[in-house]
This record gives sequence, structure tokens and C-alpha cells, in this order.
Amino acid sequence: MKRSSLAALLSAVMIASPAAAQEFGDAERGAKAYRQCASCHQVGEGAKHRVGPHLNGIFDRRAGSLEDYKRYSKGLVREGVDGLFWDLRTLDAYIENPKALVSDTRMAFRGIKDPEERADVLAYLRLFSADPANIPEAAPTAMSREVELSPDVLAIVGDVDYGDYLSTECTTCHQVDGDDEGVPSIVGWPEEDFVVAMHAYKRKIRPHPVMQMFASRLSDEEIAALAAYFGGL
Amino acid sequence: MKLNRRTFVGAGVAAAASLSAPMLHAQGGKPRVVVIGGGAGGATAARYIAKDSDGAIDVTLVEPTKTYYTCFFSNLYMAGFRTLDSIAHSYGTLAADYGINVVHDWAIGIDRDAKTVSLAGGGTLPYDRLVLSPGIDFVDGSVEGWDISAQNAMPHAYKAGSQSELLKRQIESMPEGGLFAMVAPPNPYRCPPGPYERISMVAHMLKNNNPTAKIMVLDPKPSFSKQGLFEEGWGKHYSGMVDWIGPEFGGEGVVVDPGAMTVTIDGEVTNVDVCNVIPGQKAGRIVEIAGVNDGNWAPIEADTMRSTIDANIYVLGDATSAGDMPKSGFSANSQAKVAAMSIRGELNDARVFPAKYANTCWSLIATDDGVKVGNSYEPADGKIAKVDGFISQPGEDAEMRKRTFEESIGWYEGIASDMFG
Repeated sequence: MKRSSLAALLSAVMIASPAAAQEFGDAERGAKAYRQCASCHQVGEGAKHRVGPHLNGIFDRRAGSLEDYKRYSKGLVREGVDGLFWDLRTLDAYIENPKALVSDTRMAFRGIKDPEERADVLAYLRLFSADPANIPEAAPTAMSREVELSPDVLAIVGDVDYGDYLSTECTTCHQVDGDDEGVPSIVGWPEEDFVVAMHAYKRKIRPHPVMQMFASRLSDEEIAALAAYFGGL
Repeated sequence: MKLNRRTFVGAGVAAAASLSAPMLHAQGGKPRVVVIGGGAGGATAARYIAKDSDGAIDVTLVEPTKTYYTCFFSNLYMAGFRTLDSIAHSYGTLAADYGINVVHDWAIGIDRDAKTVSLAGGGTLPYDRLVLSPGIDFVDGSVEGWDISAQNAMPHAYKAGSQSELLKRQIESMPEGGLFAMVAPPNPYRCPPGPYERISMVAHMLKNNNPTAKIMVLDPKPSFSKQGLFEEGWGKHYSGMVDWIGPEFGGEGVVVDPGAMTVTIDGEVTNVDVCNVIPGQKAGRIVEIAGVNDGNWAPIEADTMRSTIDANIYVLGDATSAGDMPKSGFSANSQAKVAAMSIRGELNDARVFPAKYANTCWSLIATDDGVKVGNSYEPADGKIAKVDGFISQPGEDAEMRKRTFEESIGWYEGIASDMFG
């Protein structure tokens, strides 16, 4: 697609269904909100990699897949290989809390808590993707799912003994000494990161099928117990 | 196997003293657990009971071999993706770091009333709880013309080690354009995708060294594990090389002649250069000796892995009839943790949590082309029932398959350290 001026694209979005525009957020507001991203990520014609990769064509791109960008974290590349593609839903979860999706991400960004502001930024970014036609009309991009955990869930104090028992399911693959050849280390994570990551698998936002299977049958208490156990190793 | 040899690996404390027979009996008033079989079920159970009871339970592991070769990854060894050393494990860490009394001997008798195990080397081991994890034995007469005395001419290679080496050498010295035949086993058997991963690995070897050779699989089953994935892979990597013959076309009831090196399919005699016979299977013989079998397998309670026949005996892994769970190293390892918890609950008042089980089987089809299938299980209505699962999809891209293979290597390191410390 040949890129026209930002103003023309913006008006095109405005003219589209007002309801959809609201669902997406407002690209013009998003352009302003994007300033907090711009020091690391260029976007638009001639954008180059800086601290982070450029974000042209980010929608429908496999995570961690730009070959000429060399600074992806191991975890981000792994998520990409496992099938993480950037769409409204996954980008929304990522910019809300980068570590929820990719625990070792190098994106040192606190996240955007306000859902409207995130929707605005994504509406802006969508202007620079080559083929946004299926966004948001096609599932799953049509819905915005996110790892939003209630404070009650995050406040659960994990039962370390129970976590010790439950951990035996994990240690068939994940080594307790923290070796991470082929299978990532899960030892010594901050408990909250662990809890958020497991809920992201449970809700199938993170793509790995083995992890989705294990996480899907864990209760909130069980996830907290595992987080407490592995966090303390 | 050295039937009359009894060796102790020093358990850290009083290693020299333990060489005398009386030390086989209980030390002080500690509860005693004897584990028979040092594979994915037995080694894991011994390690978890010893580790989590902090020495409050006296654990003895009886395993005839000093070097244990895992069945998982033995197909990869044959095709040169692993060395034999890399699938070999010893019991030194379990003895030295976990205080497990490792006895290299055969268990030949079990007195369930006296609660003792007798050993081929002459000793007797008393127990409060006994864990049987003996793996498989073969059903006599399963393949007409084959018995265990024919395992050099027609190897099974379904217990890893010297049999794996033998089959590898036979494949390597096949004549140009020769024929490799596999007689696949009937259900249920150890490692459902194992025979078909092996076919993939044999094809990989022949493609590189003997590309006009052919492979024939004679299968009594109408379908098999990960069939779509394997058939897709065989077509993609080894086109025209693998001929799978199911029961409708004579794959059932084949007759072999190890002397003449022939197989007879539907009355027609075919000469073969290598013949891998994987017979029908049953629980390791000690299960029958103990009398805790029902037919070929040991029935267990779904929430503990305790034998339904004797409350002091637990049975793990391939030897059990474990509901929906397949016979695999991953399953045995998973079951061992449930049993270890239940045993510590009984003997040590440890906290007992609800049983959860899982299995994942990775298979390698070609270089960097790995696939996997897995399920989670829980006790339901008296049996171990499937809860959830996943399987690799046909047509996945090469990077995903490579990642799956790398993950299997990570899993191997994980389970090996979970078993052997």
C-alpha cells in the first residue's frame, strides 16, 4: 500500500464507522500519546530501528521477527516462534504491562494503565500497518482481551507447601537449578510477574500449548502457590 | 544381566558397614520404603520420598543395572542425534546426595504377608510400603516365530542399551537397496509414538547412507499415535521410502523366521535384511510375582497410584493400567510424584494434596522437525481421566518444529535431573 499523508489517513479513520472508531480509540489522540513511545520506537515513512525496532507493519507481524533488529530478548523471540502475532488484543496486553506477555522483555516501559489511552495508541499505530483491513472486524482482533487481574487475585498469599507439590508438574521440564536450554527458567521470578504470566497462559493470550494446558487447570490459589514456591528458590 | 551379583553403592553414611547383610534391615524405627525399578517411575519416586522426608523415611532402590539407558531418546541415538553416553545415567547422586540405599540386584520374590522382598543375590528387604515400577516385559507368542532367544537376529530395541546398539549396527550394515521391516506392537504398549519415531529415524539414516533402501511397517493396529503428523513427515522427508501396512492389508498376524530372515505376510514369504520385532507387552514380571496384576497389567487407585489389590504396594508407569494415561516416561514421572506424596502422607504425616497427572510426548521426524502431543489428567469416577490436551498441527512452519525439537531437548535434561538428581 502506498502511504499517503498522516492527515489523509486520520480523516479516513474518522470517516469510517464512528462506533468502530470509538472501539479503536482515536488515532489523533493516539498520535499525542505515542510520544511516550517515540524515544525508542520510530514509526512512519523512513522509520529506522533505534533502541527498539521500528513499528511500521506491526499488526499481523510475528513477535520478535525483524531480522535486521538484533536486540530482541530471548523470551520475545521464543514467544514469536510459539505463535505470538501482534494484533489489537496482544498489543493491548503488551503495552498495558509488557512483562505480562514477555517476562524478560527489554522494553523497559511501565505500561499504559488507561484502556482508552491504549486504544488511542493502537489506533495510531494501525495507520502504519500495511494491511489493517481485517482489524478489528475479524476475530480475534475484534475483541480486546487483556491480563487485567483484580487486586484480590494479586493479593493471594501463596501456600509454599502446596506450591512445592504443584511444582512437581513443572519440574519435569523446567529445571530447579535454573538451566534454560530449550525450556525457560522459572526460578526466582518476582511473584507478581509469575502470577501475571500464568494467567496470560490460562487465558490463552500467551501462545504455548503445553503451558496453556497446565495453566488452564490451575486455580488462582494454585497459581499463587506456585509463584510463592518458585519465587523463593 | 548379572543375576547373582549384588552391589551396593555407598549411601554416604556407613557405606562399608552396609555391605553386611544385617544392614539390609531397618535402621532404628524409621519407616521403610522399597522401590523396585530405577526408571522414570522408580527413580523419581525414590528421589522425591527421600528428598521430601529429609531422612525420616528409609528408602531402598532395587535396580539390576548400574547404568540406566533411557528408552526416550534411544531412537535419536540410533540416528546419530544423541550419543549413547548422553542417554546413560547412574545412581551415584541418588545414593550420595539423597541417602538412598541403591541395591543393584534383581528382585525375585515378594512376600506380601511378611512384607519382604527377596533378591537374586540372596538378601531380603523388609518394607512398610513397596513401590513397583518394573516397566514392561514381552508377551510370549505375541509374534509367531519370535521369542526372546531371537532378539539378536531380530532385535526389539524396546528396552534401551545393548539392543539399541545392535539395531543401529544392523541398519548401518544393511545391503544397498535392502529392506528394513518393523513388526509394530498391538495396544497397549510403551511409548505410543515410539515405533513411528523409530521409523522416521531409520528413514533418516537410510536416506543419508542407503537411499534406495526401503522400510516396511507391519502393524496390527488400524491407526497409530500422531499418524497424520508422521505420514505428513514421511511424505515430505522420505518420499517413497516408507510403506505402512495396516491390519486390512496383512499387517496383523505376521509370522517371522529369525533363522531364515523372512517375514510371512498373508501367507507370502518376504526376505528382509533387518527385522525389528516389537512384541506385545505386559507389566514387568515382578508385578505378576507379587500377584498385584489383573491380566497383563496392574490396576491402581486413581487418586494415589496404590495397587487396588494390596494397600501396602504402589505400582507406577508402564506396568500399570492407568486409565486414559499412555505408557511413557513422562507419565511414570508424573505418577511417581503422586505416589511419593501419598506414601509420605501415610508414613510421615505429610500434607496430601489432590492428585494431578500429565503427559507430553515429543517425537522427532527429521532434523529439526519435532512434534508433540500431550494431555492433563485427574482422577474421576475411579479412573485417571483426561482433562485437556493438545497436539502439533500438520503444516506448521519449520521454525515452530525446530523450537519443538529444542524444547524436547530441554525436557530431557529436566526429566533426567528430576529422576537422577
